[in-house]
Amino acid sequence: MSDAVPARFVPGDRVTVRRSCPPGHLRTPFYARGASGVIERLCGAFANPEELAFNRPGLPAQPLYRVRFRQADLWDDYQGPERDTIEIEIYQHWLEAAP
Amino acid sequence: MRSHHDMGGLEAGPVEATEHDYAPWEKRVDALMMLLSARGHLKVDELRRNVEALGPDAYDRMSYYERWISSITATLIQRGVLTSDEIGRRMTEIEAQHAAESAS
Repeated sequence: MSDAVPARFVPGDRVTVRRSCPPGHLRTPFYARGASGVIERLCGAFANPEELAFNRPGLPAQPLYRVRFRQADLWDDYQGPERDTIEIEIYQHWLEAAP
Repeated sequence: MRSHHDMGGLEAGPVEATEHDYAPWEKRVDALMMLLSARGHLKVDELRRNVEALGPDAYDRMSYYERWISSITATLIQRGVLTSDEIGRRMTEIEAQHAAESAS
């Protein structure tokens, strides 16, 4: 898509998901907000679904990443193996560089 | 605050993995959604937003396609495709027709 926000992250970058609860249609799961993970890949750039949900164009397109999290980082009471991970597709405007 | 529909990670009990048939009205709702979407009257993201805007009680009480038809209706009113009054009058007509058919 030509009208796209430039990608800020590359695979391997550590990122933190913003803690935010605006009204509307959000694709970022609540349980991942505030958590940190690693960029696994850039999936492309897509019209922002939060804007599409109000019948607006959602442009410029937002880069979408697959972010890998350790399950143990997401759930306080996680009982599974330490190596377990989950990958979640998250738009760039929800991500910040992790310190 | 977590939105009611955003349930990832909460206790939900076992998954019932059984096949089931769709009722004719459910198939019609699906077809309606596909047609409205193909003709640019509604975006899938609007469908999601209006499903997610249901109150927790309604969200839990409604079946999958009940949520869809409720959301399609809300979206078409918001878009100005239909008015509340048009929908209300048509619902009354259909109820009357149904009552007449049941009585005969």
